Amino acid sequence: MNGVLLLIAIALLLGLFGLAAFFWALRSGQFDDLDGAALRVLIDEEQKKRADP
Amino acid sequence: MNAPRPLAAGETLAETSFAVPSIRCAGCISKLEDGLPLNPGIAGARVNFTAKRVTVIHDPSLDMPHLREAFQKLGFEAQPVDAAVAGDDSESRALLRAMAVAGFAAMNIMLLSVSIWSGAEGTTRELFHWLSALIALPTIAYSARVFFKSAWNALRNRRTNMDVPISIGVLLTAGMSLYETATGGPHAYFDGAVMLLFFLLTGRWLDSVMRDRARDGVAALLKQAATGALVLKKDGSTEWRAAQDLAPNMWMIVAAGERLAADGVVEQGTTTFDFSLLTGESAPQPIGPGDTVHAGTLNVGAPVTVRVMRAGPDTALADIARMMDTATQSRSRYVRIADRAARLYAPAVHTLAALSFVGWMLLGAGLHQSLLVAAAVLIITCPCALGLAVPAAQIVAVGALMREGVLVKDGSALERLAEADRAVFDKTGTLTLGRPEPIDLDELGAEQKSVLLGLARASRHPLSQALRRCLEQQGISAEQVSDIIEVPGFGLTGNTACGIASISRADGDKGTELACSFRLGDLPPAIIRFRDRLRPEAAATLSALNAFGLESSILSGDRAQAVTPIAAELGVPARTDLTPGGKLDAIKQLAGQGAKVLMIGDGLNDGPALAAGHVSMAPASASDAGQNAADAVWMGDSLAPVGKAIKAGRRTMHVVRQNFAFAIGYNAIAVPLAIMGRVTPLIAALAMSGSSIIVIGNALRLRSAAR
Repeated sequence: MNGVLLLIAIALLLGLFGLAAFFWALRSGQFDDLDGAALRVLIDEEQKKRADP
Repeated sequence: MNAPRPLAAGETLAETSFAVPSIRCAGCISKLEDGLPLNPGIAGARVNFTAKRVTVIHDPSLDMPHLREAFQKLGFEAQPVDAAVAGDDSESRALLRAMAVAGFAAMNIMLLSVSIWSGAEGTTRELFHWLSALIALPTIAYSARVFFKSAWNALRNRRTNMDVPISIGVLLTAGMSLYETATGGPHAYFDGAVMLLFFLLTGRWLDSVMRDRARDGVAALLKQAATGALVLKKDGSTEWRAAQDLAPNMWMIVAAGERLAADGVVEQGTTTFDFSLLTGESAPQPIGPGDTVHAGTLNVGAPVTVRVMRAGPDTALADIARMMDTATQSRSRYVRIADRAARLYAPAVHTLAALSFVGWMLLGAGLHQSLLVAAAVLIITCPCALGLAVPAAQIVAVGALMREGVLVKDGSALERLAEADRAVFDKTGTLTLGRPEPIDLDELGAEQKSVLLGLARASRHPLSQALRRCLEQQGISAEQVSDIIEVPGFGLTGNTACGIASISRADGDKGTELACSFRLGDLPPAIIRFRDRLRPEAAATLSALNAFGLESSILSGDRAQAVTPIAAELGVPARTDLTPGGKLDAIKQLAGQGAKVLMIGDGLNDGPALAAGHVSMAPASASDAGQNAADAVWMGDSLAPVGKAIKAGRRTMHVVRQNFAFAIGYNAIAVPLAIMGRVTPLIAALAMSGSSIIVIGNALRLRSAAR
């Protein structure tokens, strides 16, 4: 029974952690430009460094 | 990766948003974000690819023409975005947060419920019920506020909507379940209540996202070309002023290809003006000193100086805007199908729940048992399928249309598109492209063409731009032309390997047609004429509309001799020489006869008619007023998207009706069970998620609706 209590507490905390992470991501603008984020991985960082010293 | 780039410290910087519709790939993002800060005065740039928008952080002293020039140097066309038009998505945000909380709670309560269903008893069950209550009650308090608020508003105005049974159901269920938990009873419906919230919030959020996305798309198209003018000051210097800062008796310098920001009188220079957006007249009119010109019209000739007579709300545009305002009111009376269903559904649900409560009381079941049954009836009949069926189908269809280049502003537009039974077209800019296209290019040799392209692309004159567009489409590569001189109002000259090349005004009188003369070396000069062509697939679209049962006609502000050939070619009746008010009356007359009119137009003169039509569409090349008044905007030259939109609208309504039929069938089975008191939390959970998934699955079939 004690084991179950501990597991439930851990499960709920993990869930809450996920929810908090989602809220943080939402607030910091990570969902503002979903299509753009998908394209930004294609931008060559090397080229960027040369472009602005 | 998503953090804004660091700024130069110390100074206060201004932020301006631009719509840049031509951002298409990762290359464009890096080109803009790396290239713009290389300009002096620009500290940083941030691209939002989804909204096709760039936020520039710059020195406040940098004015609009300089900023736009910075974009032009990189090869992008940028238009400043009004903060008001850009809008905010706070409603979607709030719904998304509520949905996330409800989803989290539903998952965790379900976790506990599964163990109860699989046989947990005694203290374990009690503990799990208490834990469920601990999660569910704050969730309901947070996530269900949307429904409570809307239900309260409806009740206060003595109406009822879909949110009333939802609110009562959720509150009653939560209350009963809490009582059960406190008394150690076997059935708590916390899982059902929270899951219901989750599904309903998903529906609401989808609906809200759809509206945001379409609004952003339309905002990105708004040209706002006339948001200001270059004002000539007394000391001879010039200054860029926004349209609202213009005042009578200022002098504006209007370059070729620019739209006027205010009404005025030409003081210096002669040119031709394109009035088509204001009057529908396709042929540009010659304008000289002393002539009156109106805001929103396009200068297609040489630069002129215009003295402002009336600015802002006093312009000729304002009359049209007022007419549009009153015309829009008729449309706001339209009731969406989900609300029409709710009007029937909500009272039925309330009566059913009340009757089963009274019935069980009469049978002597006791208050507790009777309330439990009534709560089960409300939970089971709660309009999951209704709340999700319509937005799910509409967002899938709107997404499909967006991929085909049609931006639909909201779900109700889709419903009204499906109902349309008459199509009324404007001519200039709607059935035709609304821009001059060269028609004599094939008489030129290959070498002449490539020199012409090299020369034409150096100028921003509308005719040069038309030549460039057409030649580039033919795949011509440009010849090197050096020492290009442009004399405004007269033409271009430049040096090439085969001698001096020039484009100049055609002197020979060819009626009202636009023409220019091209000369290369010793070759005889070629006259290139320009004409406004029909949009591609115009005839095919009209016959497709006919097949859908929509009869078409033309309402034009242009003269009869310009409209008749087009009406004859397409085989549709036409009315000509109509003022904006005349078009509005014609639409009202049709509506009075019971027709549901689909109005398709682009100009300012179509604005009132677009607002008055049962549903309306405008091309992306339309005036801002036209795009704002229209329910849907389509991209590209072809007219085919009009037919596609009608088809998608009808298919969507077909799926929505299927979903309704399914929801009724589901209720016919589940409600008797609930009334008999046979619905356990397990059955409620299965029924609810099952029906929602089926409804969404059915909606996903619309992904190819626009093809």
